[in-house]
Amino acid sequence: MLCRLADIATARSGDKGDILDISLMARDQRTYDLLIQEVSADRVRAHFAGIVGGQVDRYELPRLLALKFVLHGALDGGAAHALRADNLGKTLGAALLRLPIAWPYDGDPSAGKGRGSR
Amino acid sequence: MKSLRIGGGLGFYGDSYAPALDLVLSGNVQYVAFDHLAELTLAILQKDRARDPALGFAKDLIPLMRAILPQAKEHGVRLISNAGGLNPLAAARAVAAVCHERSLDVSIGVVIGDDVADELGEVCFDPAPGGRESLAAPAFASAYLGGLPVKRALAMGADVVVTGRVADSALFLGALAHGLDWILPGERPEEDMDWDLLAAGAVAGHLLECSGQVVGGNHSADWTKVPGLDRIGYPIAEVDAAGSLEISKVAGSGGWLNFDTVREQLLYEVHDPARYHTPDVTVDLTAVEIRPRDSERVRVEGVRGQAPPKTYKVVAGVKDGYLGQGLIGYSWPHAVEKARAAERILRQQAAARGLPLDDVAAEYLGLNSLHGPLAAPGDSDEMNEVYLRMAIRTRERAQAEAFGRLFPPLALSGPPTASGFIGIDPVRELFLGRIGSVPRALVDARVRAFVRPAAAFFAGTDGRRQMEGRDEDAL
Repeated sequence: MLCRLADIATARSGDKGDILDISLMARDQRTYDLLIQEVSADRVRAHFAGIVGGQVDRYELPRLLALKFVLHGALDGGAAHALRADNLGKTLGAALLRLPIAWPYDGDPSAGKGRGSR
Repeated sequence: MKSLRIGGGLGFYGDSYAPALDLVLSGNVQYVAFDHLAELTLAILQKDRARDPALGFAKDLIPLMRAILPQAKEHGVRLISNAGGLNPLAAARAVAAVCHERSLDVSIGVVIGDDVADELGEVCFDPAPGGRESLAAPAFASAYLGGLPVKRALAMGADVVVTGRVADSALFLGALAHGLDWILPGERPEEDMDWDLLAAGAVAGHLLECSGQVVGGNHSADWTKVPGLDRIGYPIAEVDAAGSLEISKVAGSGGWLNFDTVREQLLYEVHDPARYHTPDVTVDLTAVEIRPRDSERVRVEGVRGQAPPKTYKVVAGVKDGYLGQGLIGYSWPHAVEKARAAERILRQQAAARGLPLDDVAAEYLGLNSLHGPLAAPGDSDEMNEVYLRMAIRTRERAQAEAFGRLFPPLALSGPPTASGFIGIDPVRELFLGRIGSVPRALVDARVRAFVRPAAAFFAGTDGRRQMEGRDEDAL
């Protein structure tokens, strides 16, 4: 079954100079394993065509069930330079969540995106 | 074992400081630190300083101090802020003026020496964004200082410490080091440092430096369930001398703390999570465990640290033209078609007037202004309304102004139903951000922390020479 990252994960983005970073966070181990397998740096770079100009790095945080993507040359020269309305890239974490992804497990992929207080 | 409580009082220049007053009154904290400086902020402050050399600090420090300093003094809560920005001494004078106005007997600490604009030959800059070459000299260049000068100012008895570009988390680590007798780099040889301890302190600061973001603000998971965002409580770190760390907030305030909110802030604006560089310690977040206690308290364990780089990070800004822009709305029917026609007209008129069109943003609010090329197409035929926002980059201020003036005439001479006009946007001066590094020793030799009674600052110009001439507080 095909879903979007928004159904199974959450994201927050931030900026440093011309570099955008996105935390992609899973709710449980099997979702994290799926993200590791499916959401490569190359795939994120292709998804952000028209926005990212440089390389994309990916870092893994297995204990926190999260991935970090660092997108170089993605903010039009930085927040004090960009012409974009979203000059800080605040919404681009959410833009990553548009990525289509195959959900290989049984059950509704969108049953609860966060771990909450569990 | 010694422990202390410190609050995060603000996350950027312009943030709400009402929750910081709650920290002072009911947070049972000994310190509140205010991170006024995002990367963008120094560019904003540079524009102020260029207009008036007595400016260049975050001016919301003045109402903030009016609202909080009397109560902080009464409760024995010490305040630390990097609102000094590009002009810490002017910020100290502004605080002194508030003390004078409210008859407060307060000692003010100032940290200077982060400004490296006169040492650019010593700064090694990363390649400029977009591979740009032959750039002008930066209009400002500041090194990210560590917590030691903050610790020194507190040790000298400051009730309020104002700094320039002290790193966000170092505002907090400096206070923790003072209160918990931690040794910071620069005080003793590196082999004497307890890096894991300093890393825990840096993480405490990192979790608190964005005010509401760790307690459910700007939260991507289950955000609809976060209670009381209208009266959010800012975060508190409870830290003991051995580096045990718990994050909480004022009891009964809005927001909440759980695994998701803390994880999200822990990773915020971190690049390599195994090597998160701060001036005092390089932090490894890969073994961190987040253990919720209840909806108002989370324990953070497993933070590890190692020696920081031999250089300080530098942020600089090169003036790079102006942004001229405008915004105009169109209603159903055919709202998008009308807005697109307006874009064509604006491009033709700009070209006819010789305005530069090689760098243009044309965005449609409601359709794609935030996600740009990643926005879904949407049902543009049936949209109730859409706004066109269009911006160009110019070399001259007058060109940017001229572009903004093209928008109002569209009301009578463009496509029908133009409305929602909100005035001509003031021209924005643009800065290309540059990141670099500078040897620590060069900066350390310049950094000074000094503490004086407020009256000494308020006395005016004679105070300045006196303060800068005294060397006994040199680091």
